[in-house]
Amino acid sequence: MRRFSKVLAGSHEPGYRFWLAYLYILPALLVYAIFVLWPIVDTVRYSFYDWSGFSKPVFAGIGNYARLFHDEILGVGLANNLTFIIFYSILPITVGLFLTALLTRRLVAGMSLFRVGLFVPYVMSMVVVGVVWRWLYHPTGPINQFLTALGLGTWARPWLGDFDWARAAVGFVGTWVQYGFCMVLFIAGVQRIDENLYDAAKIDGANEFQQFAHVTFPGILNEVSVALVTTLIAALRVFDLVYVLTRGGPGNETMVASYWLYQNAFQINRVGYAAAIAVILSVMIMIISYAVISLRVRITEA
Amino acid sequence: MGTGMRHRAAKRWLGLATRNALTYTVLSIFLLLVVMPFLAALLASFKTSTEITRGVFTLPQTWQWTNYVKAWTQARFAVYFRSSVVVVVAVVGVSTLFSVWSGYAFGRMTFPFSRVLFYLFLLGIMAPQEAFIIPLYHNLRKIGLLDTYWALILPQIGMSVCFGTFWMSGAFAQVPRDLVDAAKVDGCDSWRALWQVLLPLVQPAVLTMVVLLFVWTWNDFMLALVLVSNENLRTLPLGLAFFQGRYSRDVPLTAAGATMVALPTILTYFIFQRQFIKGITAGSVTG
Repeated sequence: MRRFSKVLAGSHEPGYRFWLAYLYILPALLVYAIFVLWPIVDTVRYSFYDWSGFSKPVFAGIGNYARLFHDEILGVGLANNLTFIIFYSILPITVGLFLTALLTRRLVAGMSLFRVGLFVPYVMSMVVVGVVWRWLYHPTGPINQFLTALGLGTWARPWLGDFDWARAAVGFVGTWVQYGFCMVLFIAGVQRIDENLYDAAKIDGANEFQQFAHVTFPGILNEVSVALVTTLIAALRVFDLVYVLTRGGPGNETMVASYWLYQNAFQINRVGYAAAIAVILSVMIMIISYAVISLRVRITEA
Repeated sequence: MGTGMRHRAAKRWLGLATRNALTYTVLSIFLLLVVMPFLAALLASFKTSTEITRGVFTLPQTWQWTNYVKAWTQARFAVYFRSSVVVVVAVVGVSTLFSVWSGYAFGRMTFPFSRVLFYLFLLGIMAPQEAFIIPLYHNLRKIGLLDTYWALILPQIGMSVCFGTFWMSGAFAQVPRDLVDAAKVDGCDSWRALWQVLLPLVQPAVLTMVVLLFVWTWNDFMLALVLVSNENLRTLPLGLAFFQGRYSRDVPLTAAGATMVALPTILTYFIFQRQFIKGITAGSVTG
């Protein structure tokens, strides 16, 4: 009862009735519940069954989850996802931070041009990115042409078909997509830092490195954590790029969890097992988002 | 002014100048690294197949616009384009409307279970497509919606309203109370207050949301790949992926197709870059 009266007291909207709010939410909630939320619950349910998608589902208990541990391809896939964290997250953020430290803090003329340009891969369909890079990496493609022209013909190779290089080649495309995003984010953050903080640091005799460590970095911590969440999730979710570039090959060199999930669910009809992969992958992604966000909260509150 | 001071001022100016030069050089190098692959592909889309092998940044002898005509007709990009437009218009239009409504409720009203419901929507932002795509496929098959435009449109609305609700509720919450109180005095009901008073005030936020939803929906690949197998329903990214899988040797045609897929998002981004970067930064805070 008390809660109810508080609700009414807190309503300052014109013509307010508390059930009105539910009417406004209903359409969005309905579509979301039917096409996203319910299937999420179903994914968990599926993961406890043996099901080919057509046959009668057979309850399997935790059988699918037990099988995850003996699945070599999944192991390779997850290991590749972790490797891609280096390419998607660590490299772009390091490059971004390094450049942020290097560049002037004041806006240079023409900055918007750089901002627009550097961000372009991020608004592009990953299929387009994949198609372009597949051509660049082609045995007779531009990269090999370039190497041959420089007299480095021995370095030319079918990058995406090469067992030693395919993983790095796919990962590098990730770095290429993400670093502009990180740079733009960090540069925008630096411009919001109060210039007085730098003056104060200089009076205290702080050198460039100390200024970066004590003023710039804390000042863009928010942006760094945004970059961290976004790029980590991108690394764990790689799908489009692998689909277009290599389909997981050669062998399983560039297999990733999402692509293995897709193959299980829609090509080799191990639906229940694919659902178990989906559950594990989703839990990993949610834990990472949550960890980075709460880490930020702790740092900003400290 | 003593010489020492002048010397120091000169040194400082020189330091700033080198810093600026360094800034420009470094930014230019990284910009070139980003732009060059696209530029090479754009050039390739105007060349003949033999010209492709002669060099990456050489200009074509005659600009082969026919590559685009061929991609549009023979490679059926016209069909894919139509699908993409149908899906994007429906998804962005409906999601925007629904998000404005629910964002209004969460942003400006207090009601039982509002927190729980809001977290439910946040879950939808964090959940990857992989978390629901398998049952989604089988549910849609059961109700006969697989391989229809509905299969592409409805789930994407379901995902978009999560971000939309989060985004719009933030925008509505920031509107000062006095403005709404004034409307109340004027005897507005909540419906009229929303459309006549509040919506004009949150217009920039709506625009940002529309731009983001447009780009995300246009670029979606996984849902289309799984939920549609009829060639006439393929969206542009899906059509391009299949085209290059089959005709990867025809570089100019593939490049022309890729350009057509990329152009609408790039143009949108060029026009609305400010909204875009702002939205990405704020939006990804939640994951």
